[in-house]
Amino acid sequence: MDTEILARIQFAFTIAFHYIYPPLSIGIGLIMVIMEGLYLKTGNKHYEVLTRFWLKIFAITFGIGVATGIIMEFEFGTNWAVYSRYVGDIFGSALAAEGLFAFGLESAFLGVLIFGWNRVSPRVHFISTIGVFLGSMFSAVWIVVANSWQQTPAGYHIVGEGFNARAEVTDFWAMVFNPSSVDRIIHVWQGAFLAGAFLVLSVHAYYLLKGRYVEISKKAFKIALGLATIISLTQLLSGHSSADGVAVNQPAKLAAMEGHYDKSAPADLYLFGWVNDKTQEVTGIGIPGGLSFLVHQDFEAPITGLNAFPEEDRPGQVNAVFQFYHIMISIGMFLIGLTLYASFLWWKGTLFEKRWLLKIFAFSVLLPQIANQVGWFAAEMGRQPWIVYGHLRTNEGFSQEVSSNQILFSLILFLVVYAILFLLFIYSLNKKIKHGPYDEANNTLDII
Amino acid sequence: METILGIDYPTLWYLVVGLLFSGYAILEGFDYGAGAWHLFLKKDLSRRIAINAIGPLWDANQVWLIIGGGALFAGFPVMYATMLSAMYIPFMLFLMLLVLRSSAIKFRSAEDMTWWRKTWDIIYFVSNTLIAFLLGVVLGNVLQGFELGENLTYQGGIFFSFLSPYAIMVGFTTLSIFMTQGAIFLLLKTEGRLHARLTFLLKKGMIFFIISFAVTSLYTLTFLHGVTDKFKENPVFFALPILAFLAVANVPRLVSKKKYANALVFSSLTMAFLLMLVAFQLYPVLLPSTIDPKYSVTIYNAASSQKSLGIMLTIVAIGAPLLAGYFLFLYKTFHGKVKLDDTSY
Repeated sequence: MDTEILARIQFAFTIAFHYIYPPLSIGIGLIMVIMEGLYLKTGNKHYEVLTRFWLKIFAITFGIGVATGIIMEFEFGTNWAVYSRYVGDIFGSALAAEGLFAFGLESAFLGVLIFGWNRVSPRVHFISTIGVFLGSMFSAVWIVVANSWQQTPAGYHIVGEGFNARAEVTDFWAMVFNPSSVDRIIHVWQGAFLAGAFLVLSVHAYYLLKGRYVEISKKAFKIALGLATIISLTQLLSGHSSADGVAVNQPAKLAAMEGHYDKSAPADLYLFGWVNDKTQEVTGIGIPGGLSFLVHQDFEAPITGLNAFPEEDRPGQVNAVFQFYHIMISIGMFLIGLTLYASFLWWKGTLFEKRWLLKIFAFSVLLPQIANQVGWFAAEMGRQPWIVYGHLRTNEGFSQEVSSNQILFSLILFLVVYAILFLLFIYSLNKKIKHGPYDEANNTLDII
Repeated sequence: METILGIDYPTLWYLVVGLLFSGYAILEGFDYGAGAWHLFLKKDLSRRIAINAIGPLWDANQVWLIIGGGALFAGFPVMYATMLSAMYIPFMLFLMLLVLRSSAIKFRSAEDMTWWRKTWDIIYFVSNTLIAFLLGVVLGNVLQGFELGENLTYQGGIFFSFLSPYAIMVGFTTLSIFMTQGAIFLLLKTEGRLHARLTFLLKKGMIFFIISFAVTSLYTLTFLHGVTDKFKENPVFFALPILAFLAVANVPRLVSKKKYANALVFSSLTMAFLLMLVAFQLYPVLLPSTIDPKYSVTIYNAASSQKSLGIMLTIVAIGAPLLAGYFLFLYKTFHGKVKLDDTSY
């Protein structure tokens, strides 16, 4: 295989693996802030037990997130040297800001959060929890800013030609608030909240089904359900706003998402389907003119299709982009239905009586994870063939001096190490859940 | 070119990056160094205490690597890209070892089985030792220069050429100073028989350092052309190696007086002086080309734009005091000897 393909596989694999963890940390972080806040406010020990329990799980997800994140920071240089030189002037300041403002905050307070229960006052501990949570939110900001700049570059000019060409900042704030960054930051945050909330829902649904830790599980379930309901609904808004932005800034990506080829014609909105790139047809069920309506509030309005772009400027994997995008949307819709129905039962007072619903919640932990992954795949594959939209092609961005054997070697290393890491993660997560928040035999809940 | 206090932006950023890497070397120096003694500690409890000595700190210390890497990428993208892609294999190994090392810290004491703990102990020891060694190896390669041709094309070997004799010497020197630093840090955090054992180990570590340092210095002065020239131009910089030597010579005296915190300061100063020596020797070059000096990467041809460097200097001016505050708070919370409790690793 050639260097470019291997470099792309390696990047996709390492970033997808990394992206299991930071969203969980952000989501669990918010729930810990709520739980610990309730503990300080009410003095109810149940919330302290819950905070301590989720902190243990947070510590694992955060740790793996950091370990796999450092690799990302240096992989740009090892595998994508040309790209790094091209964007360093812009991308670098976002990364530097992330390190100083976000990562410094979260990592310094993490030690206090995990090991400081007996060393600092409850109030200082709560402040540390907030510090770590905010740090993880800021991290997401700077990373998504950098990625959004690749999608919709702004506040820059291109200096030099050929090998020496590179983008330089002309307006820092225009770079930070480039056309897609705000929508995408909110969308990513919400995806992270859902990942965390659904893990909490899943674990406590499991306890409720088993009849273990019933009292505290009901409390935790309600906190997470309230959050999940609000976020899955508002996720729809940021998603819509984000898609509107794509329609303006990256029309080829939007066309690929719905498999729309006609140069200028009303476009359909599919519930599901299959794109045949050869015949340029989509087989599936959809609303005729639906995409036109969403973008222009008019079923007849024309949308720029893939054929309006030269072949070499279109995403190569139209069907993949289509599928990933539609899986994300379907999951989003399902989560809205699920959380609304559960909230309705909560309001009626019968939430914990429906065992089948709790079973669905126990398994639904995977759904936000899948949605987060496929959402990014749609975003990144939809940007192809560009690594910096409209300026630098992916096949020009990789390290010219690195051989395919070197990448293959490191890819195999990553596969092995990450497989071990994933097994350890699942094993220790399972162990922590089985062990539970407190010792049931002695019912330590009353005495701690 | 814009300046602050008569110093141009690329030079200022060179100082920032140098400061960050020094902070990384000093702080993670005792983390990696402590880990490189791991198998020299025999009892399970001793090993647990050693891991928990760095327990609440190592993740924060690692921030210096993350910020340092970010600062290099941001300020000198050409250097970042050229060095990492040319040193592909050592950096990939380094990253992989970092992952293994953090896994070992987290999972080692999570189970009681002997085989489990022994396996992680070996992984922990090997990863810390090799990380320290590889950092030195990369530094040695940078000092020697890369085979860089026109347009920054790397023409050197790709798999094992990074293991040159000189790079290996610098690798051992780095490992030995990290081990010295690590032993002093553990002395600060431990009591009783473990403490006595570490006092003994520290002596071995210092002998290891002095030998490696002497050999590497001799080799540098004899074979690395250009090093001596630069010192002849500015003899005042001969003070740096002398200061480094005086600082390290002060360590045994302080240890025998049981002033471990001061000893840690002096071994940190040794590292700082040695890194200043490297920085001075290279400046304004970042990565010498062994093919032709005109192909070398310098702070000027590698730097980001004036505008970008200005923004980043502002970010540092705001962020550095914040970071200092976090670290003061963290180290103050966890000062004193290690006490194991239910939150420990």
